[in-house]
Amino acid sequence: MSLIDLANPTRFLALSARVLPWLVAATIILLAIGLYQSATAPDDYQQGATVKIMFIHVPNAWLSMFVWGVMSVASLGTLVWRHPLADVAAKAAAPIGAAFTFLALLTGSLWGRPMWGTYWEWDARLTSVLILFLMYLGLMALWRAVEDPSRAARAAAVLTLVGALNLPIIKFSVDWWNTLHQPASVMRMGGSTLDKAFLIPLLVMAVAFTLLFVTLHLAAMRNEILRRRVRSLQMMQAGRKAA
Amino acid sequence: MIMSLGPYAPFIVISYAAAAIVVALLIGWVVIDYRNQTQRLRELERSGVTRRSGRSAIDTPRTTT
Repeated sequence: MSLIDLANPTRFLALSARVLPWLVAATIILLAIGLYQSATAPDDYQQGATVKIMFIHVPNAWLSMFVWGVMSVASLGTLVWRHPLADVAAKAAAPIGAAFTFLALLTGSLWGRPMWGTYWEWDARLTSVLILFLMYLGLMALWRAVEDPSRAARAAAVLTLVGALNLPIIKFSVDWWNTLHQPASVMRMGGSTLDKAFLIPLLVMAVAFTLLFVTLHLAAMRNEILRRRVRSLQMMQAGRKAA
Repeated sequence: MIMSLGPYAPFIVISYAAAAIVVALLIGWVVIDYRNQTQRLRELERSGVTRRSGRSAIDTPRTTT
């Protein structure tokens, strides 16, 4: 089966129906392992038990950017190849990305209060992630505002690609500006600065949340394809009534 | 064994609880949306509106890998 065959919505529905149960199982198993490792991880010598928030905060922060990256690739598929499955992928990812970004902001704020003495600071990292969250909400509003899915897809694709400029700003904000937020400690030149006792649960949770995203995204894409079929059947029905 | 979370336990518990609630909401959204769409498709098919291919809009063909 070629890649073009997989990109056919009907083929996609068939294949995703087969893959989804396996993805659900893998996500549940990895989440259970990650949560157990997070619960049994030792306290940090400076942060104490609040280091446990990292195991939730970092995967959500990573996914907030990863999901926008996925939407950017899908947007290229919409604008360059005008492939219907590309805008289905972009539209289905937006609410999931918004939820992960909300969790990154919330857990970061809850981690910041005991560590920094404040829930919020208008510094470069926090502000750029807040902008990302608002862009997710803007995209979702745009999809709802334009009735024709193909027109909405093109407008959303342009907005998504423009918004992708924010991703390097988020990533490097801690290097470019003085911020309260700590610098990169996992994905950095020279390797991670985290001890294995924290790094392993963190990586397991990051993979588990990424699998959770893939599972939810595939399911949401299936729903979006069905929604479009409903729309086209309703238009056929209206056409018959008018004739 | 009760885990000791120290003086900042509420911050840790709220973080994990919020993540659990948001993930549960996402799962609920996907499941309810699927039920709504398949129900609407069944109603349309029952009223005689079918795809041009004649295939059901809900059923999917087997993959040939």
